Amino acid sequence: MDHDPTRRGALQCLGLGAGTLFALNGGVLSGFDLADAAEPGAAGKIGTPLFVQISDSHIGFNKEANPDVVSTLNRTIDLVNGLPRQPAFALHTGDVTHLSKAAQFDQASQLLSRMRVTELHVVPGEHDVTDGQGTEFFARFGAASKGLGYYSFDHGGVHMVALVNVMQFKPGGLASLGDEQLAWLKDDLSGRPASQPIVLFAHMPMWSIYEPWGWGSSDSDQVMALIRRFGSVTVLNGHIHQIVSKVEGNVTFHTARSTAYPQPAAGVGPGPGPLTVPGDQLPSMLGVTTVIRAPLHRSLRLTDTSLA
Amino acid sequence: MRLSATHCAVAAFAAVSLVAVGVAFAAPGDASVTIKNFDFHPMAISVPVGATVTWKNLDGEPHTVTSTDGAFRSDALDEDDTFSFRFTKPGVYKYLCTIHPRMVASVTVK
Repeated sequence: MDHDPTRRGALQCLGLGAGTLFALNGGVLSGFDLADAAEPGAAGKIGTPLFVQISDSHIGFNKEANPDVVSTLNRTIDLVNGLPRQPAFALHTGDVTHLSKAAQFDQASQLLSRMRVTELHVVPGEHDVTDGQGTEFFARFGAASKGLGYYSFDHGGVHMVALVNVMQFKPGGLASLGDEQLAWLKDDLSGRPASQPIVLFAHMPMWSIYEPWGWGSSDSDQVMALIRRFGSVTVLNGHIHQIVSKVEGNVTFHTARSTAYPQPAAGVGPGPGPLTVPGDQLPSMLGVTTVIRAPLHRSLRLTDTSLA
Repeated sequence: MRLSATHCAVAAFAAVSLVAVGVAFAAPGDASVTIKNFDFHPMAISVPVGATVTWKNLDGEPHTVTSTDGAFRSDALDEDDTFSFRFTKPGVYKYLCTIHPRMVASVTVK
């Protein structure tokens, strides 16, 4: 790695560009512009997680699939706090609590505050808003979106968009963003350069995984139309308590493991309920997703880490 | 009279049966719905005005009982939790589980 600014300056002066440094991150070879790599402190930037995603902590759940969801959430937080380089912020993609109860939200907030990140961004799951208005959820996590549930922010050149898709259900139908939120999303994305990496995060899967179990959204086509022009889009969801991913053009879809309990694979059994596995297998089915930036390709790398 | 005795016996038997079978039934027409395997059983029921319907969740996953027109709404029902609602007006009440909105059912009140 060339830290000498004179040489870099000379290279740029020659119009040759500054070259490429390749670095290995979690087994994935990522390219970095040498000019970036030559910046003082670059060694720290390469491989630094941009953010982590945890999901489906279900505080309040205490059945056979995991009698102690507090302990597995704590272990997940320990994992995040133990990363060699701290991520800038964390996402929680919903189902923070199991039954939307005030005491469960209180406990969850307290546990999550232990994560060593500067910011925590939380979107609700359907278990968080069973009281209809999501009063308890928004009282604790509604500030960023001013109670709307959706908002966006930028970090390190990446445009992050928090969406809520658990409050507009049609009976017998799938989750959706609703017209108002879709209009806001269109407005929020308009005018952004296609080269800016976009991350959308919401609880319910934003593509069709298995509709008989409600694993999908009714307006995913409309969302795709808005994001298709961007060079790098990452869609992060939760809800299904297992990792399923798909790449469609420049869009990577990825669901997260739960920190509480797994669910069966699509269609295996009567429905998407808690899946009981032998105790020693449980930690390997829970975990966290880490996202790092690979600047050269303007893409984001996802790494899933389980508790064991 | 023989007819009267039989009638009394039948009536007494019926009364005993009603008590034995319907511990939860406080009034004629009351009904119960069980929630099992991500379905409401039965999916369509009919009750008279004034009847109370009681739902019981037998799944490990919570469910809600939420009418589509705002007439009734339960909290999130954990396993073995119940919710009751007394129907005082006739009509067809469609409802769903808001956690799993593909679960739909109805109560017809006459």
